[in-house]
Amino acid sequence: MVEVRLFSGFRKGRNKITVLPVAEFPTVDHILRRMEIPAEEVSILLINGFHSQKDDPLKSGDVVSLFPAVGGG
Amino acid sequence: MEERYVRNLGALTEEECALLQRKTIFVAGCGGLGGYIIEMLLRIGVGKIVAADADVFEASNLNRQLLSEVPLLGARKAKIAAARAKRVNPVIEFIPVEEFLDATNAAQLISGCDVVMDALDNIASRKVLAHACSEANIPMVHGAICGWTAQAAISMPGDGLMDILYPEHIVLGSKSSLSFSPPFCAAMQVALCVKLLCGRDIEPGKVYYADLLDMEFEPLF
Repeated sequence: MVEVRLFSGFRKGRNKITVLPVAEFPTVDHILRRMEIPAEEVSILLINGFHSQKDDPLKSGDVVSLFPAVGGG
Repeated sequence: MEERYVRNLGALTEEECALLQRKTIFVAGCGGLGGYIIEMLLRIGVGKIVAADADVFEASNLNRQLLSEVPLLGARKAKIAAARAKRVNPVIEFIPVEEFLDATNAAQLISGCDVVMDALDNIASRKVLAHACSEANIPMVHGAICGWTAQAAISMPGDGLMDILYPEHIVLGSKSSLSFSPPFCAAMQVALCVKLLCGRDIEPGKVYYADLLDMEFEPLF
């Protein structure tokens, strides 16, 4: 299983934490599509706390953190 | 020490207060973040503030921008900031610049400053500012808000932090901002600025992220 943690505006209408089977969601790209999060709105993508790409392969036990861009002033 | 700075003591040493009073800070933007950053710099006591913004106050600024007032709608933000500076702390030299920051003027505007404060409201200008800071070897204190969220970080010259936070083709989800997000973010930025200038422990590149809806405060990385 993979734990997906959403932050800030990504939480609107979604759970803060979702656990998904890695077999059905082998990359973050699969998770984004399932959660209907546009990839172009993702500022920071961390896997186990490290900067990662949406195509990087996931393994069971991974923690994915997704942050939207914060850009106002 | 001037009486106006007495309550700084304890949290800051007399030497640190004197050091701050010799520093020049550039504030890019006099809107949501910039208004509060300028206020905090004026009150803690720095030497000189250069603040740039070509914009005028609009009614949509009133929900969050400290310097905006109904009678001031239509007035230049930089000019109003200068007037406020004179009332709050006339000892500090305050240079208002009624220009938008871009690639043609950024280097000249930040020249001679010790720290640059990012109080901008868009990604393109932030990247221009970060590039100019890298070229001039000046640290930048980044800050940004969105809705209930605020983030702040010290970006050292050449660290590429803005390119990490704002990858190419990034799209901002929302333009909303609440009354408490700018002062919260500005407080983080000015605290980072003061720590940086005083030589306190800092962690450049670390992004401090605050979600005021869920009351979560943590470094991103």
